[in-house]
Amino acid sequence: MPANLVFLGRLEDVAGRGELAVSPGPLEQVLAALDPALAIELLGERVRMALNGALLGDGGGVILREGDELAFLPPVSGG
Amino acid sequence: MAVADVRLLGEGFSPAEELATFTSAHPEAGGIVSFLGQVRAEGGPGAVEALELKHYGAMTLPGMEALAATTQARWVLDGLLIVHRYGVMHPGDPIVLVAAAARHRRDAFAAADFAMDHLKSQSWFWKREKTARGWRWIEPRPDDHRDLARW
Repeated sequence: MPANLVFLGRLEDVAGRGELAVSPGPLEQVLAALDPALAIELLGERVRMALNGALLGDGGGVILREGDELAFLPPVSGG
Repeated sequence: MAVADVRLLGEGFSPAEELATFTSAHPEAGGIVSFLGQVRAEGGPGAVEALELKHYGAMTLPGMEALAATTQARWVLDGLLIVHRYGVMHPGDPIVLVAAAARHRRDAFAAADFAMDHLKSQSWFWKREKTARGWRWIEPRPDDHRDLARW
């Protein structure tokens, strides 16, 4: 079973899709397998991450397990 | 107090009907303050033809519910209504409706104001606008952060 990456806001346009199934593993390894241009955007200073709906302080040490959902959240611009 | 009515909608809604229902559900309230946000109609070449709000299922509605709980904990309210759209909207379409019912009007004013400031700047929505030049993502405004500092 794969893990799932979710790209919100403008990151969906950068990725060309809203979601991407990836092989589980350490986040660095998952990002290294992506298009480098996308990986750079995902690691942007203002992009936050949420694992299974819970915000992460930073991405350090994240290991994606089977069925995990990791969302990349650019700054919000609501209402 | 009553449970807050918090909804995230993919379809249009009638603010007048929502407000009428909310008002009749809270006859004990001495005052009801509401705020309606709608898609602005503008003229000129930069006019917005459509607006799209994207949400994230795992976080957007849970975040709105947490905001409602914080608002209810801070002011004495009889009821709180938060209705927010996602999807594609056009000028004149309602985007967000917040209403606070309270025994005293100051609580109702403050609660609605607080909920709106936090919806605008801290809720998990991403906005893009369509003009004659195509779609473009909207970045947060510095004002949104200043609004939060009021609280």
